[in-house]
Amino acid sequence: MSETTEPELRHAGLNLADDARELREHVESDVFGFWVFLMSDAVVFALLFAIYGTMRHATAGGPDAAQEFKFHSAFWETALLLTSSFSYGMVSLLTKHGRGRLWPLALLAVTFCLGAGFLKMEIHDFVTMFHDGATPERSGYLSSFFVLVGMHGFHVFSGLTWIVLMGIQLVVFGPDERTKVNLIRLGLFWHFLDVVWVVIFSVVYLQGLIR
Amino acid sequence: MNISRSLRRDFITYGIGYLLAVALTGIAFACVFYRLLSPGATLGVVLVLAFIQIIVHMRCFLHISLKRSARADLQLILFSAVIILLMVGGTIVILGNLMARMM
Repeated sequence: MSETTEPELRHAGLNLADDARELREHVESDVFGFWVFLMSDAVVFALLFAIYGTMRHATAGGPDAAQEFKFHSAFWETALLLTSSFSYGMVSLLTKHGRGRLWPLALLAVTFCLGAGFLKMEIHDFVTMFHDGATPERSGYLSSFFVLVGMHGFHVFSGLTWIVLMGIQLVVFGPDERTKVNLIRLGLFWHFLDVVWVVIFSVVYLQGLIR
Repeated sequence: MNISRSLRRDFITYGIGYLLAVALTGIAFACVFYRLLSPGATLGVVLVLAFIQIIVHMRCFLHISLKRSARADLQLILFSAVIILLMVGGTIVILGNLMARMM
């Protein structure tokens, strides 16, 4: 670690600007550890994308992307997840600047609702696809599609569970040091999921809908 | 540092990130929806926009910046990016080639 006099944050996410030096270094190593997890998760997603890429044309006469994807639901899912990322940013912001716990909690609730809306739309899409006979066992293409997008959906579900637990922690303990570190980690996770979704809507949905 | 000033600066970072992300997403969806370009060009535009949007997310939401390059975070991310590039690129090249030979 290089020495800087600047009291800037040295890790990604929420800054604990006015904390003692040892505490800050502790937080830095905690956050770094979480980055290692995120990057290993990114490798998992990358390989699922690679499999999807190789399975693009392996439809075995079954339904393909152009028939199954709905432009509008992909668009609104993207809007929901992106806005939830922004509202989580506001949670970090207000916690960082010590604006009590009511506003962060309210915005956390907004983030939860937007994320839940995303998941609801995605599940609805999946159910519609199942009705059309586009099930994972129909073709290699659909298997890779459901594994990739389902994996992301599962991550969003885990994130939502975590948001609920985070809310409880905020209510019980208030924004103390431990809660703040957890908020940083949840923030990294949630923003990371949005980055993965950017790749999904570009590579899977938009590429499938181009004609 | 003055609290309200740094609050505003942080808010602007998130705001710019959100607006840029909305704009980039909007352009990508509009290109596909209105069929502004040929299919090949559309795919290229969508992929380039996605790449830019990832950088915007990294910079504005995840607060990764090149200025603090002494930090291990950035090195970890760049290393992971290289690994991902090698594995994804390798998989697609090898399996694409295999498929072409079997056709």
